[in-house]
Amino acid sequence: MKRHIARTGSVLGAKCVSTEVLHVVAGARMDRPRFNRDQEGLMPARKAVALISGGLDSMLAARLMQDQGVHVEGLNFFTGFCVEGHTHAIRKDKRARPLRNNALWSAEQLGIRLHIIDVVDEYKDIVINPRHGYGAHLNPCLDCKGFMVRKAREWMETHGFDFIITGEVLGQRPKSQRRDTFPIVARESGAFDLLLRPLSAKLLPPTRPEREGWVDRERLLALNGRGRKPQIGLAGTFGFNDYAQPAGGCCFLTDENYARRLSDLWQSRGDKRYDLDDIMLLKVGRHLRVSPAFKLIIGREEGENRFLRGYRQRFTHLAATDYEGPLVLVVGEAGEDGLMLAARITARFGQGREAGTVCVLAQVPDGTEREFHVTPLPSSELPPEWYL
Amino acid sequence: MKLHAEIVDARRLLCPMPVIRAQERIGQLAPGDMVEILCSDPGALHDIPAWCRLHGHTVLSTVTEDDEIRVTVRVGPRVTPGL
Ligand code: SF4
Repeated sequence: MKRHIARTGSVLGAKCVSTEVLHVVAGARMDRPRFNRDQEGLMPARKAVALISGGLDSMLAARLMQDQGVHVEGLNFFTGFCVEGHTHAIRKDKRARPLRNNALWSAEQLGIRLHIIDVVDEYKDIVINPRHGYGAHLNPCLDCKGFMVRKAREWMETHGFDFIITGEVLGQRPKSQRRDTFPIVARESGAFDLLLRPLSAKLLPPTRPEREGWVDRERLLALNGRGRKPQIGLAGTFGFNDYAQPAGGCCFLTDENYARRLSDLWQSRGDKRYDLDDIMLLKVGRHLRVSPAFKLIIGREEGENRFLRGYRQRFTHLAATDYEGPLVLVVGEAGEDGLMLAARITARFGQGREAGTVCVLAQVPDGTEREFHVTPLPSSELPPEWYL
Repeated sequence: MKLHAEIVDARRLLCPMPVIRAQERIGQLAPGDMVEILCSDPGALHDIPAWCRLHGHTVLSTVTEDDEIRVTVRVGPRVTPGL
């Protein structure tokens, strides 16, 4: 089914005058431009693949392209470190917040298809060996951008798209969004001048989509710096409300506490290795590095306990039998004394912390069980440096 | 059209992994096929229907029992990116 719509609109005062033939795809609430009118007549709409993080900037960049009659589809990369989804799903006390995936939400607002791509394995090399080093914590932002744009370039080539857009703004991030780093991303990703940053395009050399007239450079923006006012104004113009505003970066690698736990993981292993379960577990519970040989992960509430229970086949775990309390995972080799100490700590974080004796059941992954009758460890014997 | 539903076991996976697993399986199925996605992350209750809306698939039911969620989807028309 096709319908023909003449559309006019304006963005930040720039008049949009393209007449488009919009296309409705069965089953999807999407208006897709199939042709654009230029001086020569009708030509097929150009196709852009947009990196959609779930934040406002990538949404605005995509919308600016749609306004110029470009067909846009979104890519969202799942690295395992994304702030998206996980923690709010685990902790019960965070349930008041909507359980939405912001990238999917953005795509729905835009009416574009979103392809979520699992890059967990490939991304390890970026985190472990970043060519350009880390930002404030363990965030390899410049390598990460180059990686994501490279993946987008490969997707673009496979699916016959014309160019790539991102929501990057010049000067917004001190390490990765600078005038001298933008060309690095374009070069190392192999995207070169097929990478367009619509929000800052007027401050940058014209890309091929601009030079070839696939998009009108005059209707792109010249945003610069860390201020958010223009983006917020633009969001209002487009009717985007309730968009995500992540406080730090777009992933846990920018988080100081998380980075400390990841460093500890690598240090305890003697090399920089991880799997998906490792990095998920770093987001959950209290982590106590009790000795170089092992650490404890202690559930803080029922949602976390439930999540940690999913790892009972992999780790020795403890819980008090006669009082409410946490599920505790033992990560590493605790030995006899270590297990006794783990039992006392388990008792200390439960309802029996004031009791004389608490019964704690320890189960190893092969199903063997041990019962400990222990005195809860007093807080004075919990050194602050154990907390990761 | 198959009468039985293909099963995607995404239990213990946190969002967006259930969506990714569903996306991979649905990409291999024919229009009209059914797929049942088993999840434990409550985020899937929102994310899988949202992804289905974007890609033209139909969520037939979502059932939550204890800590398990079952989302049943009928695969929509095959759509090539860019078209
Ligand atoms: S904050 Fe994380 S996801 Fe965002 S660019 Fe930096 S490393 Fe990549």
